[in-house]
Amino acid sequence: MKKLVVLGAGLAGTMAVNRVRPRLDEDEWEITIVDQDETHIYQPGLLFIPFGMYQAADVKRPRRDFIPSGVRFVLAPIEGVDPAAQRVTLGGGRQLEYDYLIIATGTTPRPEQTAGLLGDAWRDSVHDFYTLEGATALAHRLERWDGGRIVVNVMELPFKCPVAPLEFVFLADWWLQEHGMRDRAEVVYVTPLSGAFTKPVSSRRLGHLLEEKKVGLETDFYTEHVDASAGKIVSYDEREVPFDLLVSIPVNMGADFVGASGLGDELNHIPVDRSTFAAEGHPNLFALGDAAELGTSKAGSVAHFAAEVFTANFLRGLRGLPPHEEFDGHANCFIESGFGKAMLIDFNYTTEPLPGKFPLPGVGPFTLLEETEMNHWGKLMFRWTYWNVLLRGKDLPLPSRMLLAGKETA
Amino acid sequence: MTTTLIAGREIHVDEEGFMTVPAEWTEDLAPLLAKQVGIDELTPDHWVVIRFLRSDFAAEGETATLRRISTNAGVPTKRLFELFPQKPGKKMAYVAGLPKPKGCI
Repeated sequence: MKKLVVLGAGLAGTMAVNRVRPRLDEDEWEITIVDQDETHIYQPGLLFIPFGMYQAADVKRPRRDFIPSGVRFVLAPIEGVDPAAQRVTLGGGRQLEYDYLIIATGTTPRPEQTAGLLGDAWRDSVHDFYTLEGATALAHRLERWDGGRIVVNVMELPFKCPVAPLEFVFLADWWLQEHGMRDRAEVVYVTPLSGAFTKPVSSRRLGHLLEEKKVGLETDFYTEHVDASAGKIVSYDEREVPFDLLVSIPVNMGADFVGASGLGDELNHIPVDRSTFAAEGHPNLFALGDAAELGTSKAGSVAHFAAEVFTANFLRGLRGLPPHEEFDGHANCFIESGFGKAMLIDFNYTTEPLPGKFPLPGVGPFTLLEETEMNHWGKLMFRWTYWNVLLRGKDLPLPSRMLLAGKETA
Repeated sequence: MTTTLIAGREIHVDEEGFMTVPAEWTEDLAPLLAKQVGIDELTPDHWVVIRFLRSDFAAEGETATLRRISTNAGVPTKRLFELFPQKPGKKMAYVAGLPKPKGCI
């Protein structure tokens, strides 16, 4: 029996086993997927929890419900990978041998990486929203909120779902207006980049949004430490931004076992080949989803498009054939902008987000780089699609490669 | 795409003056680019950073982050702010003839 082991039963890992299992003979291939816990979180939904739009139950499902028959699910912490011995070590010293290994253990917020972030004020006046616990604690905090200065602070790049912090400030502006508090509240976006929008077309077409929504902007801000007792964040060049409520996007890092196994970069993300998704020097070890360093956004849509390219090339590789195509870095993200509207972006390595209609050129129903109600409904409908189509490895009527048709090039 | 004259050579740049063809960069351009962003003299520490950025870009196709530089070239983040004051990410990329750090939109 040949053994395929998949580490991580999130979107990328679950999609991979669902797509690969029917195409590999059960008499010849044993497939195992490992995760450290039982619950799959619909991560795009975490953004809605602080504002009471979703509850915890809306984003949780048992991982096992999405694992196909013929795939063994193992519940255990992952401690290390020995690529030379082709062996994974799990908690309690248990070992799994593999012929092929897929690492899909994602990337997670690491508040401990920033001095002062994980102090007494954590989840009181200092929050995150990229975890279910964080998003829920923030929802409780906002229930008691009565105005003041909300600072949304990106610590460092790369971090997953790179548009979510902007969505958060847009939703905060809407939520404060809905609750009659906008006149006694400030919303400030603090980023290490040189602007909220850094690509030329986005910045031309969307640059006005922050001003219109009266969202403050602090750029080129690299947070050195958080001084929660004084209510301020301090940058490496000693600038200070005061806050009453800090919503942080902590440093994101891949799993510790990746670093311990010598497979990752400085943030435990695994650089991979853009056709095979193999780690350098390890042709039978692959990384998918946020765990991989691919030079594009860490986002569910990337995991989805990349998993399709990976599966096709992996199956070709098993038959001794060269990869069919290279992943083009395709990403596609809704950007919630408040008041029942959203924007949509579609881009890849070489093409920045452009305006136009999507997915049908000239028709839509979605509109790129513009706020529309239809985009917002698309974002809400996506949760159903995620649980019922994507995770189960079924095809969406979207090509994995980005199309230029339907896009304006100005 | 526009071009500008630096050291008597025609160089491709974007709207903000960042070089758009990394292969056009040579070490003799760096001191001239540095002056444009207010750095009068490139010290050996500056060169450690610039040379790391160039070799990392050649291998990865991306401009290294501050963390990547501090981890792999051994220059602490605080020091990067002394060497390239206020906007190190942007200034380092500018001097090394590489794209500035960008988000996805």
